[in-house]
Amino acid sequence: MTQSIWTEGWFFPLLLLIAKSLLVLVVLLTYVAFALLADRKIWAAVQLRRGPNVVGPFGLLQSFADLLKFVLKEPVIPSGASKAVFLLAPILTATLSLAAWAVVPVADGWAVADLNVGILYVFAISSLGVYGVIMGGWASNSKYPFLGALRSAAQMVSYEVSIGFVIITVLLCAGSLNLNDIIKAQDTKYGLFGWYWLPLFPMFVIFFISALAETNRPPFDLPEAESELVAGFMVEYGSTPYMLFMLGEYVAIVMMCALTTILFLGGWLPPFQIAPFTLVPGIVWFVLKVSLVFFMFAMVKAFVPRYRYDQLMRLGWKVFLPISLVMVVAVAAVLQFTSLGGVH
Amino acid sequence: MTVAAAFFYLFASITVASGFMVVASRNPVHSVLFLILAFVNAAGLFLLLGAEFLAMILVVVYVGAVAVLFLFVVMMLDVDFAELRQGFLDYLPIGGLLGVIFLIEMVLFLGTYYAAPEAVHAASTVKAAASTLSNTEQLGRVLYTDYVFYFQTAGLVLLVAMIGAIILTLHHKTGVKRQDIGAQVARSKDTAMEIKSVRPGQGL
Repeated sequence: MTQSIWTEGWFFPLLLLIAKSLLVLVVLLTYVAFALLADRKIWAAVQLRRGPNVVGPFGLLQSFADLLKFVLKEPVIPSGASKAVFLLAPILTATLSLAAWAVVPVADGWAVADLNVGILYVFAISSLGVYGVIMGGWASNSKYPFLGALRSAAQMVSYEVSIGFVIITVLLCAGSLNLNDIIKAQDTKYGLFGWYWLPLFPMFVIFFISALAETNRPPFDLPEAESELVAGFMVEYGSTPYMLFMLGEYVAIVMMCALTTILFLGGWLPPFQIAPFTLVPGIVWFVLKVSLVFFMFAMVKAFVPRYRYDQLMRLGWKVFLPISLVMVVAVAAVLQFTSLGGVH
Repeated sequence: MTVAAAFFYLFASITVASGFMVVASRNPVHSVLFLILAFVNAAGLFLLLGAEFLAMILVVVYVGAVAVLFLFVVMMLDVDFAELRQGFLDYLPIGGLLGVIFLIEMVLFLGTYYAAPEAVHAASTVKAAASTLSNTEQLGRVLYTDYVFYFQTAGLVLLVAMIGAIILTLHHKTGVKRQDIGAQVARSKDTAMEIKSVRPGQGL
């Protein structure tokens, strides 16, 4: 019996897949723990504070202390809450944001699943993220979470549209839905200037801002605006469920950084294809670029004031959507009628 | 093959079970959530068929957008369950009849498939993909190259429907203060304020 499992040829690949997934999870979660700390440190530095500096040297272990704190607290479920949905919401948020990482190529071909439709998969998974928010807000059976959830959901759905169009322009240029192929398409003789951030600069800016809105980061953190909605859809959550929401949010933020890196900053490509740069392995470049984008996210959080809700909606529907639509047409026309698109 | 079969039965049974729960669950929000689960599992079935593009589009469009709207509407509704169940027996004959017709049609359809499989294959115009193109690319070719005019016509129909829906619901209220971003940005020091020198001991 055991013999047939080994000879049938699916058991070993399955085991390998599980091992790969675990590796990605562990590395990712460690990265997120330090990204969270970096976020707080950068924010503190801009405001001339010290930030977390007590746990471990320079406060390096702060995130792990927070983890322990959350896990050891008692989870409180409101008596009027819809229990199953209430608990399902944070689990869904965390699971979905982690699941999106299955297709991210961190170096040439290093992805758990090298899907043909990788970018669509990421887009699909991130469009599911809105359910965690709605379910959490609804299941709490309380006014503030519900209002927060509705706002947050409307915001996420709105900005998804322009993110979709930005992705389409990149796809038109790359000619593939596979994330690895999109990175390879940016490998030109111009090095760092051939990556899509320069040719598609307006889309890069729109994508960056939409990514902030999609992940509910400041200046678009209306769902959790402390001053108006206390903490949005998470008001009734505490302990581990709350931690799962936080974790999901930060993993989604790092995912958006990774997506920006892949679509616009050449993924794991070195800035120039010459000796000192090419010697550094791809994964190092990838992590560096993701960290750079994350630094930009953190800086935006530190010095941009919060948008009002109607301004947020106006920006999404009346500014970004028309611009990205026109850009899709323009990019398609350029590729069709000039030699640039000749390859495909 | 065994793995694919296992996944097929997993997705299929969850789809059927959640489809049942959509009808059976008492809370309408739970119904919508089960509907979403059914959609996601249907996407899984598409994946097993090798139609990865359709699977992803199903998730993006139906789960990510359409079902969110459903959920919004259902959450806002104040549904009275006692009232809902009142008319149940009155509608049972019509509903039952429709159900039976649908069942017969399903049986006939599947019956034809088993009785004369070659006829079903002859009727279908879609040929199995023998080329090296990915199915995204093939769909793209069919939609945007072979049948581009039909596609455009469908787009126009949708556009007309969309404009109709917007016109039906758009009301411009008069007497409401609206924000005019252009006017706000165009404000300068000269238009916004007036500087007066006030002598001490005197008002304006």
